[in-house]
Amino acid sequence: MVEPWSADAFQNNLWIFLMGFLVATACGLVGNYLILRRMSLIGDAISHSILPGIAIAFLVSGSRGTVPMFAGALLAGVATTVIIEVIHKKSRIKQDSAIGIAFTTLFAIGVILISLYASKIDLDQECVLYGEIGFVGLHPPVQLWGMNLGPLPVFRMAVVTVITAAAIMLFYKELLVSSFDPGLAFTLGINATVVHYCLMGWLSTVVVNAFESVGAVLVIAMLILPGAIASMLTLQLPRILMLTVVIAAMSSFFGIHLATWLNCSTAAAMVVVASGLFILAWLFSPTSGLVFKKLRHRSDSVPEFPETATDVLNPQPGK
Amino acid sequence: MSKRSYKFALSLLFLACMAQEPLFAARIGELTETDWKIQVIRFLSFRDPSVRYALAGSILLGISCGLLGSFIVVRKMALVGDALSHAVLPGVALGFLWNTTKDPVAIFIGATVAGLLGTTVVNLITQTTRLKEDTALGMVLAGFFSVGICLVTMIQHLPTGNKSGIDKFLFGQAAALGPNDIQLMGIVTLLAITVITLFYKEFLVSSFDSGFAHSIRIPVQLFHHLLMLLLAFAVVISLQAVGVVLVSAMLITPAAAAYLLTDRMHRMVFLASIFGLLSGVFGAFFSFLGPSLPTGPFMVLGASLVFTLCFFFAPKHGLVTRWWVKRSRSQQIQVENVLKAIYHVLEDRGFDGEGVSIRELADQRKQTLEESVRESKMLKRAEYATLLEEGNMIWLTPEGWQRAREMVRNHRLWELYLTSAAQYSADHVHDDAEKIEHILGDEVVRALEKRLDYATTDPHGKKIPSSESIQKDRMGRREKVPGYGQDI
Repeated sequence: MVEPWSADAFQNNLWIFLMGFLVATACGLVGNYLILRRMSLIGDAISHSILPGIAIAFLVSGSRGTVPMFAGALLAGVATTVIIEVIHKKSRIKQDSAIGIAFTTLFAIGVILISLYASKIDLDQECVLYGEIGFVGLHPPVQLWGMNLGPLPVFRMAVVTVITAAAIMLFYKELLVSSFDPGLAFTLGINATVVHYCLMGWLSTVVVNAFESVGAVLVIAMLILPGAIASMLTLQLPRILMLTVVIAAMSSFFGIHLATWLNCSTAAAMVVVASGLFILAWLFSPTSGLVFKKLRHRSDSVPEFPETATDVLNPQPGK
Repeated sequence: MSKRSYKFALSLLFLACMAQEPLFAARIGELTETDWKIQVIRFLSFRDPSVRYALAGSILLGISCGLLGSFIVVRKMALVGDALSHAVLPGVALGFLWNTTKDPVAIFIGATVAGLLGTTVVNLITQTTRLKEDTALGMVLAGFFSVGICLVTMIQHLPTGNKSGIDKFLFGQAAALGPNDIQLMGIVTLLAITVITLFYKEFLVSSFDSGFAHSIRIPVQLFHHLLMLLLAFAVVISLQAVGVVLVSAMLITPAAAAYLLTDRMHRMVFLASIFGLLSGVFGAFFSFLGPSLPTGPFMVLGASLVFTLCFFFAPKHGLVTRWWVKRSRSQQIQVENVLKAIYHVLEDRGFDGEGVSIRELADQRKQTLEESVRESKMLKRAEYATLLEEGNMIWLTPEGWQRAREMVRNHRLWELYLTSAAQYSADHVHDDAEKIEHILGDEVVRALEKRLDYATTDPHGKKIPSSESIQKDRMGRREKVPGYGQDI
């Protein structure tokens, strides 16, 4: 059997694990709010449509710098949301079709730009689809005050994750209220539109970081799966958020094992593990799993009728 | 509808036969020329069989995707197509692993099974958990796709793996289509057209009103699954040309564009197929121009172009069209209000004299002279008035005079109707009449006059011009009409 934690591969796999964990955590935390707002597929749309943003940023700046990438992705993300809104509000096209039209168009433009300027844009078409998390350890490390803070993508993702967590703690109430009850949010003086666009903007920022490691399509898995699994296990948002972090760590860790074992794409393997975790939760969750529901249903279907009137009047505890 | 479909079917049969000709030549991808002018000529001359295959494939997939896409768009299931197209990837990879060649039939079967499994899982998740449909779609999309990517990367790492074929499924390359693929596509398209034509009524009813469909004993669930099956077929045949990621666009975008153009389902289906076909040709053409250009994105761009045109310029639902109609309508209302004001001026002086000065109009409309000048020019442009004395005097033409009287008549009739029939008090009816005077049609006016016994005075004691007298004026008694302008 293969051993991803042997001495020679240890350091590289540690960085991969850390990166996967950070990506899944940041995406999962933001994704929880997408699930609550029934906007999961807008997350999908944005993760696709930041591609032309990145491509244009490459073309304009000619480098793989952090700032142009962020700016391009942010613009593309907000543009997607706006296009979807415009198509949806200004014509009789429904929202689902509007999402489908907007992101496929932008993604197509992105792919065309990349294939036209292949020499100038340092992005591989396959990397676009499933990322290159396996090479994350090869990036030059960040040096700060003489300390080695890890490869640049990992460091950047760590910063994004910390900011995400901090923002959720700071604006917990605003996000919660505007997600569950926009009407109440309005009466409390919370501007739901501002919250919406901030969330979309931050989503684009998180996604552009995750993009490099897991690609356009698998980002959606990182956004939805941790939150969906957690919401199968508990109903309370704080617990869901905690569980998201745990699930992120688990899928990253076991994903590396699966990838080493099958010799396949690491990012995809992490998502496969997360999907497996979802199936487990779906079947065996103590609160809403299929198996326990079935068992409970069976015990319910043979009700114990009270024998006499005294049994009804004086119910025995535990019976 | 059915006639059209048969024509479709015939032309498809023709295409399928054409594809069977045993022709051997270099495939597009292997060509060395990159000069786009030469490529254009090559494409337009149809000499290369590969061009014909690419074109036939693009046309077939455009038709079948447009046809089936119409139904998922009106069912508000547009993104099911997206989930389906991603979910087929593991099936494609497994079909590929079956004998590590690009055997279309093995891939077709694997992909269809995977796609149907995906839609079933979406249904199961939404039925048995609290998760909503969008989350379920997203999870199935990503989960299946990641399994597919795992398999694809495994295949690529295999020492014996034929690496050239499988990555074409991700972004699509119409040039990689062979005669076998075209045959398969022809069969699937024919099948889709036949099934939709045969069960058109059933699909229509179960798409728009499943409750009603159930009540007339249409097996709604069965037709849902049938549609999913056809959809899976269409997605699978489109994969090689468009790629996994963008197939959903070929399902959604042409159908959405058609949805903006018509309110009838059969026309929508027809238009969507045409749009799909056009985007297919667009994609095949542009990807042929350069050596490494993928077909799928260009097809999607073609479809998006059609959609954008429809979004802005569709006759009834287009953004620009609607803006234009609204603008001309509000201009018309403004013109009619000015005509009415001129009538009031003339009426106040007992129809003595013919022209109305700009100042009188400004006083009547309570506005500045500049605004009145602008409005007088609008009247002139609409040929309702001529301007005399360097634009200071407005003389109505016979048409203008007639329209002015109609407006005043409509206004006063409506006021009278509200006070007499609806018991409004006389000082509450003006605002309502201001709005309705512009839209009362001839028939309504006649009915109103009859209902009000051809009354001649409105609630405020003003005279109502009768339809009869307006008609008579039109018949040529121009000289005796007070206040209309003479031609210069």
